[in-house]
Amino acid sequence: MAPALELDGIRKSFGATLALDGVTLEVRPGEVHALIGENGAGKSTLMNVLAGTFRPDAGEMRLGGKRYAPDSTLDARRARVALIHQELSLCPHLSVTENVLLGMESSRWGWVDWSACRRRALEVLKNFDHPEIRPERRVGELPVAARQVVEICRALSADVRIMLMDEPTSSLQREDVERLFALIRRLRDDGIAIVYISHFLEEVRAIADRYTVLRDGRSVASGEISSVSNDELISHMVGRPMGGIFPSRRDSSAGEVLLAVRDLTAPPVVHGASFELRRGEILGIAGLMGSGRTELVRALFGLDPVESGSYRLRGQSLALSGGKAADRLRQGFGYLSEDRKGEGLALPLSLADNLTLTRMSACSGRLGWLDLACQATQAQRWIGELGIRARTPAQSVRTLSGGNQQKVAIGRLLHQHADVLLLDEPTRGIDVGSKAQVYETIAAAAAAGKAVLMVSSYLPELFGMCDRLAVMSRGRLLPARPIDQWTPEAVLAAAIAETPDTTS
Amino acid sequence: MQSTIEAPPVAAPVFAPRDFLRLWVARLGPFMGLVLVVLVFALLSDAPGRYLSPFNLRIVLSQTVIVALGAIGMTLIIVSGGIDLSVGATIALTGVVTALVLEAGWPPAAAMAAAVAVGGLVGLVNAAFITGLKVVPFIATLGMLGIARGVAKWLADEQTVNAPATWVNELLVTFPRPDWLILAPGVWITLMLAVATAVVLRNTVFGRRVFALGSNAAAARACGIPVDRLKLWIYGSAGLLFGLAGVMQMSRLRQGDPTVAIGTELDVIAAVVIGGASLEGGEGSILGAMIGALIMAFLRNGCQQMGWPNYVQEIIIGAMIVLAVALDRWRAGRV
Repeated sequence: MAPALELDGIRKSFGATLALDGVTLEVRPGEVHALIGENGAGKSTLMNVLAGTFRPDAGEMRLGGKRYAPDSTLDARRARVALIHQELSLCPHLSVTENVLLGMESSRWGWVDWSACRRRALEVLKNFDHPEIRPERRVGELPVAARQVVEICRALSADVRIMLMDEPTSSLQREDVERLFALIRRLRDDGIAIVYISHFLEEVRAIADRYTVLRDGRSVASGEISSVSNDELISHMVGRPMGGIFPSRRDSSAGEVLLAVRDLTAPPVVHGASFELRRGEILGIAGLMGSGRTELVRALFGLDPVESGSYRLRGQSLALSGGKAADRLRQGFGYLSEDRKGEGLALPLSLADNLTLTRMSACSGRLGWLDLACQATQAQRWIGELGIRARTPAQSVRTLSGGNQQKVAIGRLLHQHADVLLLDEPTRGIDVGSKAQVYETIAAAAAAGKAVLMVSSYLPELFGMCDRLAVMSRGRLLPARPIDQWTPEAVLAAAIAETPDTTS
Repeated sequence: MQSTIEAPPVAAPVFAPRDFLRLWVARLGPFMGLVLVVLVFALLSDAPGRYLSPFNLRIVLSQTVIVALGAIGMTLIIVSGGIDLSVGATIALTGVVTALVLEAGWPPAAAMAAAVAVGGLVGLVNAAFITGLKVVPFIATLGMLGIARGVAKWLADEQTVNAPATWVNELLVTFPRPDWLILAPGVWITLMLAVATAVVLRNTVFGRRVFALGSNAAAARACGIPVDRLKLWIYGSAGLLFGLAGVMQMSRLRQGDPTVAIGTELDVIAAVVIGGASLEGGEGSILGAMIGALIMAFLRNGCQQMGWPNYVQEIIIGAMIVLAVALDRWRAGRV
């Protein structure tokens, strides 16, 4: 059978940067083909070349054996190639119908034929079990998972042959991921070729038939997903054999108690959370999304109001009222937000500004004058120490990849000399190589006597990093236990338990 | 399987009656504002009969025409996520053009056509700045504000241009001929254009794409909508309306004055925003903009009737703008 999509020697550069340097890809009809690679490996550029946003400098693309050279995104859609973006690309003010048919509306002499539009939208919508997605509803009112369905409907309405999906699960919850997978399988069985980009190897294993690994703009490996191990995939991605990506950690539960929290209640979510955090240890917090993990951390850092409970830091009681984030900073708390772009970093500012923002006093003298040279030196030190890939400390953080941005966010806590590190999803959305570096940094901080509280949805990293683990369930924090007393199944069971059963 | 644990999704909210309420508050908000303004002045006035007399209503409507025409065009631009600061200057320029063409002895229809065409041209140049030179609309049209005003003064030789009396002068009169017209011809033209533009925005591919562009420009581009060409159409057609507003301006003054309509763009933007449009784009309506224009005209007229000085009007209108948008945010925040 002729491949649905063939790429041969695709090259693309932007100025001096070579983004794609000879990509070969072969996708068969009716298969899910995973495109794997670290951030910056060229996956997104390749997607945009396929979707007609960029024209390649060299190389050839063929669709079903015929030459394919789209001039524009509309061209690509006409050739029945659709891209589902990672950041959803919908118009929140418009209706479901309008979003599904955007750019290809049914019309007569420029007048929208509403009944035909509605009919076409219903025709694709009926493939999905989502009664709340009515054609006339405004997309802005729909939940995120439903919006993704609308986006997929848009692709289907163009009678798509090749569907490109860029990290489609990044904004979805577990049950929606399952639904999406079921849907992808159905599209695949209908003969649609799907190119699927993801960071999650487990996810790729669940959905993909074959894979291609991109590294530094080149396709370096490809084959059947069932005949390759995760370790092999990772070594293709990073270009070197990977041992475990988690650093080995010596036992460190012997440190003094740095932070003791009793019966912390922060309405409406967190009820009576108690735990102790010792110097040199990493305490993990697992739980479902919405179980109150993030709210707990935010309350600890003074970002959300606390109703009752007590804190003791270094043996001294801290005032609950007026415990604002500014006080927490002074007391030696460091907070890493799960929302890197929204509240974690000041994206337009430089690396130097972002790294030193919480302790600018390190480089400022009388009257608040900032010693820029000193700031640059300090920033340069963190850039070297954390392995941040950047040209200069003056570079805007926005220009960095997600993994490097995260290193900057963590570097700021270190620069701040925070004693208690509150880390919310420290490796969300970053590539494997950066993950390993972030893990090393966290382990080193703990080894240096800091106390680390780490919230994560990714169980392997909790098991790989933590000394103790506690599960949060429906706003209640269950008692922490040493990590070797947990199994992933037990964590899951505790997280979804109806009534918090603390002893079993 | 991915080893993350995540909660089952929250049940999707159904379309609650409160949503309808919000929708209607959004739709009726500007209208209630209008009723409130009229009521307040009718009560304040020692002669409510005079404030609400057909005679005064005719005056107010005629006074609304220039801002209302501008607001129709501005709605297109603001809904698409843009802004145009050159409206006042364009009105002055096209007013001068009307007077010059009449002065040169051409028929009134030709004068109107020339003014409207010049307005459209100004809009196209704005769009060319925005799409070709990649200058943000705020700056591009700020530049055009100076350019158009300067060209107006140049063409008029820095004086007012006296035009011979023609029917152009009759467009905004309080007592139109023939009597059965009741309202000035300019008012009727504005009404028709408002209805036509509202229908175009609602029911044409062009109109829906204006909303799509303002709602999410990246999505519009990703769906293959020719965004640059769309902007040419938006700014161009808005420019035609600003040109027509220039004709009305010249009709009211009965001469072409290159220094007139300074700051009118702010009234026009205020009308659109009071009418419920969002400066972020994707939201706004012609009906709302028309009501916004009326609110400001009634306020001005009411203040004049009360004999209040000019600065009181300015303060009240300024406060009104902030209040309208604050109310809108408050409503939008209560989801």
